[in-house]
Amino acid sequence: MSVKKITIEPVTRVEGHGKVTILLDESGQVSQARLHIVEFRGFERFIQGRPYWEVPVLVQRLCGICPVSHHLAAAKAMDGIVGVDQLTPTAEKIRRLMHYGQMFQSHALHFFHLVSPDLLFGFDADPTERNVIGVARKFPDLAVQGVMMRKYGQEIIKATAGKKIHGTGAVPGGVNKNLSSAERDEFLKEIDQMLAWCRGSLKIAKDYTLEHIDELADFGSFDSNHVSLVREDGAMDLYHGNLRAITKDGDNIFDQVDYQDYFKYIAEEVKSWSYMKFPFISELGPENGWYRVGPLARINTCDFIDTPEAEAARKDFLSVTDGKPNNITMAYHWARMIELLHSGEKIRELLNDSDLQGDDLMAKGERRGESVGLIEAPRGTLFHHYKVDENDQVTMANLIVSTTNNNTPMNRAVEGVARKYLSGAEITEGLLNRVEVAIRAYDPCLSCATHAMGRMPLVVELENAAGQRIDRRVRD
Amino acid sequence: MSDSITITIDGKEIEARPEQTILEAADAAGVYIPRLCSHPDLKPIGSCRVCVVLCDGRPQAACVKPVMDGMVIENETPAILQHRKNIIDMMFVEGNHFCMFCEKSGSCELQALAYRFGITAPQYPFQFPEKEIDASHPDVMLDHNRCVMCARCVRASQELDGKNVFQSIGRGFERKIGVNGERALGDTEMEATDRAAELCPVGCVVKKRVGFATPIGRRDYDAAPIGSNIEGERS
Ligand code: FES
Ligand code: NI
Repeated sequence: MSVKKITIEPVTRVEGHGKVTILLDESGQVSQARLHIVEFRGFERFIQGRPYWEVPVLVQRLCGICPVSHHLAAAKAMDGIVGVDQLTPTAEKIRRLMHYGQMFQSHALHFFHLVSPDLLFGFDADPTERNVIGVARKFPDLAVQGVMMRKYGQEIIKATAGKKIHGTGAVPGGVNKNLSSAERDEFLKEIDQMLAWCRGSLKIAKDYTLEHIDELADFGSFDSNHVSLVREDGAMDLYHGNLRAITKDGDNIFDQVDYQDYFKYIAEEVKSWSYMKFPFISELGPENGWYRVGPLARINTCDFIDTPEAEAARKDFLSVTDGKPNNITMAYHWARMIELLHSGEKIRELLNDSDLQGDDLMAKGERRGESVGLIEAPRGTLFHHYKVDENDQVTMANLIVSTTNNNTPMNRAVEGVARKYLSGAEITEGLLNRVEVAIRAYDPCLSCATHAMGRMPLVVELENAAGQRIDRRVRD
Repeated sequence: MSDSITITIDGKEIEARPEQTILEAADAAGVYIPRLCSHPDLKPIGSCRVCVVLCDGRPQAACVKPVMDGMVIENETPAILQHRKNIIDMMFVEGNHFCMFCEKSGSCELQALAYRFGITAPQYPFQFPEKEIDASHPDVMLDHNRCVMCARCVRASQELDGKNVFQSIGRGFERKIGVNGERALGDTEMEATDRAAELCPVGCVVKKRVGFATPIGRRDYDAAPIGSNIEGERS
């Protein structure tokens, strides 16, 4: 095999960066793909000794991309530390509004900014056109919608958390502010427009998926288990619920598990080549127990969605697979747009609820020493687990971030794409594009998966059976 | 007033009383001289040097220097402003001041001074010293990472609470606030109601479980920069 090195640009539109190695066997066939991360900062250690009330604000430093999710997951854990199992109605609804605002802006950003170029121009389009500038040039209305929707979500975050990024709104046992009726009226003015745009983007994602369904069924797709929180009645609930895990066929592996006990059901495997751990369902073991989280998993696990338009869209989505779970990697985009619409519907519902203007912001309880907070973040289930001593200092923190939950699936997706599109010993532009597109379906946040506070370059490398690097491409 | 005297600050004539310090006279006249260790309820000690002004051409700490008739004071010369910036800057790098997750953010006098002086990133290298947190007391926490050695807590405990909970110990870079207890704050007579628990200008001595109770927008310096209350009181 000739040893040849090529370096070009790779995964520009993944949030945060990582590295992919494609391993070949003796016969030059793809044997494995590894998505790995080169930087690690021990956030769990950094947090030790800090007072518990600081944690929901402090953990936002984990990641500049999904701070609100960390803020809320930590606040939920700290509710447990202060012995609060039930927030006041105002506090719970303010937090939900913050969360749906985050979901809204994150999904809108991902779709319009990162994904729409792939869907609108095709994976092989010229990279100088296949980007958000290209979208803005050819589909100016769409680009404007993306910007406005993101802004809407961010303004909701600001109104509930105090700032667009790194706010302080959720505090152990409640929130520190409500929503004024003036703020509410501003949001209500625009909500109908937002929902109309949600319907539009849902249509783009759906039409794209259906038009390309045969190609996508074989594009980094694979069967997997799915995990998410669901409400007690089985409804999708992005803010709170119990854990449910299902098989590729939709059979329950476990259901309505109190997430305080998550560690009895989920374990994490460490591999020498990755700083990112590999979570799996304990009873199935690391080989078979890995699972997907995020929009696709959530649509698959829930029994229904409690907002009418998103529920109709969910039924539509599942009709493609005769009501069974959908295991197509690229179907994440469609699922994500259903959630975008659901978040919009939820925001409207909350804005019309006068509890948001209530003054009863805090609940109290008996101090506890240990607590877990889970939330369905835009990218999937996010686990925060803490122990706090009698001096109020954190003694232990364990986090499983959404992207880490999707670690094995992302590796599988890249492997599938590499198997199909790698020819010879060269990383072609076409392969690189497809690796990028497959990873992007999971909307990974490599930044928070590794708890790194900065950005890092993403590199795709090809290694032969002897462990020699035979090709390499970089994009930053 | 019969015994009033006149001083000038940056060319402006100001009436003062002989028992006043420069800082007090300036405050009364609506002229803000930045300060950190000084607090109206405590005896001044002139330790932080943020309030330094040129007094008849010589640098003096405004919080301790009494006024004298005809004194000519310079408060806002480029050199003085630079000197203050340098001091504030040094305080940032000598401690571990992570404003982004500090509960005092928005109500912190050090942070507010930095904003007022337009300091966004320090010019000196961060020292990242190893500092401790003393969380042994049930209601009050002492986070040495954020201490600026203003000794307000030392004075408040002695002068206002009639106790002696805190004490400056060590020298130079090693200097820190110690507690007069067997091991830690939890062993002292400190109580949550002590004034010493509320006069810290930064997030070093804080009451426990308050955290981020005040939303962004309603914190001390969200609406107007530090010193505006004094400048607003022009008479
Ligand atoms: S305020 Fe005068 S020296 Fe500190
Ligand atoms: Ni993140």
